Amino acid sequence: MVAAPAYQDPAPAAAAKLLDFGGVSHAFRLEEHPLPVLEDITFQVEPGEFLGLLGPSGCGKSTLLRLVAGLEPPLRGEIRWGADPIQGPDPSRVVVFQDPTLYPWRRVWDNVALGLEAQGLLKTHRPRVDETLSLVGLSKFAKAYPHQLSGGMAQRVALARALVNDPELLILDEPLGKLDSLTRISMQGEIVRLWQKKGFTALLVTHDIEEALLMCTRVIVFSERPARIKADIAIDKAYPRHRDDPKLVALRREILGLLGLESTW
Amino acid sequence: MPALTATLCNDPEETADLLVPCGRPIRRARLTTLVLAQLAASVWFAQAWITYFLPDQGDFGRAPEFAIASAVLAAALTAAGLASLWHEGIAQRVRHFSPWLLASGLFVAAWEALTAKTGILPLPFFPPPHGLLEVYADDYARLLESVIASLRLELLGFAFGAFFGFLIGVGLGWSRSFGYWVHPVMRFIGPLPSIAWLPIAFFVFPSSFSASIFLIGLTTGFPVAVLTWSGVSSVNSAYYDVARTLGANPRFLILKVAIPAALPHVFVGLFMGLGASFAVLVTAEMMGVKAGLGFYLQWAQGWGAYANMYAALAVMALMCSGLITLLFKIRGRVLSYQKEEVKW
Repeated sequence: MVAAPAYQDPAPAAAAKLLDFGGVSHAFRLEEHPLPVLEDITFQVEPGEFLGLLGPSGCGKSTLLRLVAGLEPPLRGEIRWGADPIQGPDPSRVVVFQDPTLYPWRRVWDNVALGLEAQGLLKTHRPRVDETLSLVGLSKFAKAYPHQLSGGMAQRVALARALVNDPELLILDEPLGKLDSLTRISMQGEIVRLWQKKGFTALLVTHDIEEALLMCTRVIVFSERPARIKADIAIDKAYPRHRDDPKLVALRREILGLLGLESTW
Repeated sequence: MPALTATLCNDPEETADLLVPCGRPIRRARLTTLVLAQLAASVWFAQAWITYFLPDQGDFGRAPEFAIASAVLAAALTAAGLASLWHEGIAQRVRHFSPWLLASGLFVAAWEALTAKTGILPLPFFPPPHGLLEVYADDYARLLESVIASLRLELLGFAFGAFFGFLIGVGLGWSRSFGYWVHPVMRFIGPLPSIAWLPIAFFVFPSSFSASIFLIGLTTGFPVAVLTWSGVSSVNSAYYDVARTLGANPRFLILKVAIPAALPHVFVGLFMGLGASFAVLVTAEMMGVKAGLGFYLQWAQGWGAYANMYAALAVMALMCSGLITLLFKIRGRVLSYQKEEVKW
């Protein structure tokens, strides 16, 4: 356990906002011809949910996350975050990308402090950075440069860089996609633990059905591009889960079927 | 010395560093070092002898002093060679420098013999090494003054060019409307050799000094602007996404993301600009500025003082190399997060 911090901890961001997709469509403009990627997506994410988004490669899941992050506006439809439509990025909705994208010229500590610095909060919130680093178990690497870290450590720094802002919505865009399988398994548990502790809402895009089943409270399965919702599956199962749990195995087979891969093992 | 070789072998890393296997070969390596050092020393003794005892054909002073300096160097080498039998640190240094000292001794001795002693290379045009020493000993005040004048002009011009080149590069990389106006101008003017401006600059500017600062700045600014521009526009767009989702405003994106990410490119531009600016510096000093090493060279040629020319040329080489070294030192400091790349 970490010693109690000397400053006043802001109340844990118990996510109270509903994330509401209303008829969202989006397209890429490729050589004049628009390429539709999302078609009339409507669903809601309850506060505190851990929602997994599954679908064939290139179906537009990551685009959906960019829209939620406010990095791009949707072509049609609206995404509401609480009462307000999303119109731009906001530190209450933070993304962890597939690549850690740490700034190589900043030490680990300064990478984690990035958000607080950008919001002008660093002076008053310095202990938060130390605390978040110890939360992901990297206190000893505060002074290291990114090129000195392993892939798993770098991704943990990226996670800390997101969590230090106390987000209400954590957007995970295949954050474990490039890690080796052992690091991956341990980080799946770690993220779930952080989610339980902090109480944020989480959106996870992944290609790995097993990962979604182990981590999420609910999974949405998308079709081929342009993405439409094929299924919306609640996973009512206590943590920690086991990958050979018969219920999860059955769900895995069902989702494989939805993705057109039922004949595989 | 069995004890010594034994301790060395206990440390595999150190033995690996020395690139010599354990046991007898280490002693053999030290004997080789000793022989090499004595060889270099004897070459420098020979050079001292040639300088001191053979009669000069010209009237250069400082031959005895040069001979004594050579002899002192030779004696020091002898001592260091002997000391390296007992001390590994000295041995390493001696091993490193001996080949160069041997070669340079041969070169200086040949230079001495071919010029002042035999006149095979005709004399006024090819002064002996102690002729250069004479210049340094007798004319150091004026040389120093010239170095200071050159450094002042170079650094002012370089700072001016680097500053504006950097700003223009950031502007080009960041703002489309800035690019619309500035890019065509830069494409038109940038590739023009700055020297071409020289005749115009000398009458447009109030003094040849300010004209030269402008020319050096122009020479430096162009590569700095182009590389800063390319650095800023090649920043990984994911870096911006990360900062934007964390609440960064445009000011933060420029100062804390774009510029630090572009710095490695900027330093390439500074290096290219610095190298190119030396040519303009010397030309400007030869053509109009009445101070500096370029002016000194020109002046020495006018008097037929060839020894002074070679002496000034050597100082100029040291100065330019020193400035590049300084730039690499600053780069190493600023980009310390990178793994070591080229060492200057």
